[in-house]
Amino acid sequence: MAKELMKGNVAIAEAAVRAGLNAYFGYPITPQTELLEYLSARMPELGRTFLQAESELGAVNMVYGAACTGARVMSSSSSPGTSLMMEGISYIAGTELPVVIVDVMRGGPGLGNIAPAQADYNQIVHGGGHGDYHPIVLAPANIQEAIDLTYGAFDLAEKYRSIVVILADGSLGQMMEPAELPEMKEAIMRTPDWATYGSAGRERRFLSSIYLDPPQQEKTNFRLERRWQEIKAKEVQYKEYFLDDAEYAVVGFGTSGRIALSAVRAARAKGIKIGLFRPVSLAPYPEKELYELSKRLKGLLVVEMNAGQMLEDVLNITRSQIPVEFYGRMGGILPMPEEIEAEIDRMVNESAASDGHPRDRWLARFGKMN
Amino acid sequence: MQKEIIIAGFGGQGVLFAGQLLTYAAMDQGLQVTWIPSYGPEMRGGTANCTVVISDDEIGSPMVSRPTAVIAMNLPSLDKYEDKVKDGGVLVVNQSMVDREVKRTDIKVATVPANSIAEELGDKRMTNMVLLGALLANLDILPVEAVEKALRDHLPERHHKLLPMNKEAMQRGGTYVAAAISA
Amino acid sequence: MENVTMQEQLVYDRPESMASVQTHYCPGCTHGVAHRLVAEVIDEMGIKDNTIGVASVGCSVFAYNYFDFDFVQAPHGRAPAMATGIKRVLPQRFVMTYQGDGDLASIGMGEIVAAAARGENITVIFLNNANYGMTGGQMAPTTLPGQKTSSSPGGRDVEVAGFPIRTAEMLATLDGAGYVVRRSMHDPKNVRMAKKAIRLAFETQKNGLGFSLVELLSTCPTNWGMTPVQALKWVEDAMVPYYPIGDYKVNPALKELKF
Ligand SMILES: Cc1ncc(C[n+]2csc(CCOP(=O)(O)OP(=O)(O)O)c2C)c(N)n1
Ligand code: SF4
Ligand SMILES: [Mg+2]
Repeated sequence: MAKELMKGNVAIAEAAVRAGLNAYFGYPITPQTELLEYLSARMPELGRTFLQAESELGAVNMVYGAACTGARVMSSSSSPGTSLMMEGISYIAGTELPVVIVDVMRGGPGLGNIAPAQADYNQIVHGGGHGDYHPIVLAPANIQEAIDLTYGAFDLAEKYRSIVVILADGSLGQMMEPAELPEMKEAIMRTPDWATYGSAGRERRFLSSIYLDPPQQEKTNFRLERRWQEIKAKEVQYKEYFLDDAEYAVVGFGTSGRIALSAVRAARAKGIKIGLFRPVSLAPYPEKELYELSKRLKGLLVVEMNAGQMLEDVLNITRSQIPVEFYGRMGGILPMPEEIEAEIDRMVNESAASDGHPRDRWLARFGKMN
Repeated sequence: MQKEIIIAGFGGQGVLFAGQLLTYAAMDQGLQVTWIPSYGPEMRGGTANCTVVISDDEIGSPMVSRPTAVIAMNLPSLDKYEDKVKDGGVLVVNQSMVDREVKRTDIKVATVPANSIAEELGDKRMTNMVLLGALLANLDILPVEAVEKALRDHLPERHHKLLPMNKEAMQRGGTYVAAAISA
Repeated sequence: MENVTMQEQLVYDRPESMASVQTHYCPGCTHGVAHRLVAEVIDEMGIKDNTIGVASVGCSVFAYNYFDFDFVQAPHGRAPAMATGIKRVLPQRFVMTYQGDGDLASIGMGEIVAAAARGENITVIFLNNANYGMTGGQMAPTTLPGQKTSSSPGGRDVEVAGFPIRTAEMLATLDGAGYVVRRSMHDPKNVRMAKKAIRLAFETQKNGLGFSLVELLSTCPTNWGMTPVQALKWVEDAMVPYYPIGDYKVNPALKELKF
């Protein structure tokens, strides 16, 4: 198929349509709005459901309701709106429903701004909603990946009765890149053995996240945890660049990962043996792979568009085996390849620091500039 | 091979569209390409810019601090980007909107009275195409024909009567070939 | 030689309550007019140092830059709740929210209804411009039937998207409401009427008569794709018939007031 040039937000929307999206519910918020606007024309044209909700709170619960019926459903938002969805997300997780949510992250906390950021890592990956639950979280770094991950997200969600979050950022939402779109599917309406679409010809069912009896709740929680173990074993995705002979590596996801690729190439051109490890599934995280990698490296540089949220996971996974450094930009600022290159140089040329936490060292280097 | 181009100017000067044309042309040539706009409050202030990265390999950062080439469509853009052009790179300046000389001598500079040319052609909206023509003449990246084809393929049908004028605008811009680097 | 003295006469000046800065509003947008009216009323009542404003999320998010008194900025739709918090702690201060139609009548509908029902003694300035201005002109709850927006590209289809909300009429049904009216800003006469209403709303608060709200029909030339003049005309021709100018709840005690 020929490649098309698409804005990230539009590409994600069209990928969802082609995956058989049956119903979309959302609320405008920059830098995600084109996704909603595109679907406001596209879904009715196909005779499918589009509804602009009264708020993200409305949207997430509309998605909750629609998912109960067995329909393929999605909502999308950006950081402050995603925060507002957290209650619904926890309910959806507790009811074990397949739902796809797109979060096009922007600068925060609070109203912040509309520029790209990655500071929703914690609220998404580690669960901003209450209770023990684990969404599958996929972080595309380019538009083709955004399309492919979105297209596959619905199958994943349905396979595990799980929430799948596509975690992108404003720059991916706004940029254009040629990409290939997958095959078109009809709107999908399934009849799994839990869905509530009217009980004609079968026993009636109900869907709820309430387990008043604590042992029942615990049993459910155990089931969710066992399912998560299965997801961890089977659904890890990551990308490696120049790691075969690498002595050092940068770890970054999504946009910061792709920006780091430029820095890694520049460092390679100077003869530094460095590669890039880019987790694509942030949950489940490629833990084993990163751990194995860390055993043969002299140092890791974690790069994020936040104050080191994934850094904590990397530290946990590498278990202080090797020196880890951190470089982050916040508040809607993209790190530039040259900045990352300078951090690579520093990591390679200076003897490994052992004082304190990598975030503390980063703050000591950059925190005073502002 | 990787080349980065920043096109900057006021909103309404066709900055984003000129960048998209380059992007389409690169895509049609089978190259990797990214296009990223400035968005948000900055746009309200009336300035717009976009960065286009063209490469034959997977593109890392879609943003760069030191582009290979810059088209500065107005004075604020020249002030902002003159120093950023990579050594040996290309700077295309819209002379009609800029009242100062370019200081850099280590880059190729094409100064084009693009507004005047566009007005001569009969449509002010051709300014961006004149400058794009000048860029293509000074930066070995894509043949003019590729951009013309992109224009044919991706300009909405209702604007197709403007194709000949667009083509002429690029040709006129293409006559502004920068002098060799002096330093 | 004749001696000519010229007396300088100031006919138009910036109200004290407005900061001396340029706003970011688009040319022809009536957000600026509404700001000025509020500032004039606050000057005239002499309550500038005794007022706390709550900005909402929308084009008026930077209202705190334009009003020269204390201000806070609420999450999208939550201004009435924040205002409630302030008013309950500082009952002697004047508390005002300034909200758009998306903010107040969509995401914040719960908060505004609850505040009005509680008879919360705050003043709400409610700008209805029939769309979400700040995010680029999407459909709002106030978007007229058939009106094209960036998220109702075929025109608002009431079969799917439902009907516009007449906020003032609806809130007026609540017993806690002291003063709820609708005004417009499409011509000088209506602007003057709007100012009087804003004054009465603050008087309602001053006299402890409960919740007060002035809905102001406002323009968004940028997202409507109109010139400023066309936009004013559209308010008059399309919005006023759907959203009639009128008093929907006026506490009788207000009629006795002298000021
Ligand atoms: C929770 C949340 N959702 C969405 C947004 C995005 N947003 C910002 S302003 C706005 C709409 C504002 O429209 P309105 O209240 O009508 O004000 P106007 O700009 O028209 O004056 C939206 C949806 C946000 N900031 N926060
Ligand atoms: S977008 Fe509309 S509401 Fe916002 S400032 Fe411009 S004209 Fe006013
Ligand atoms: Mg509005």
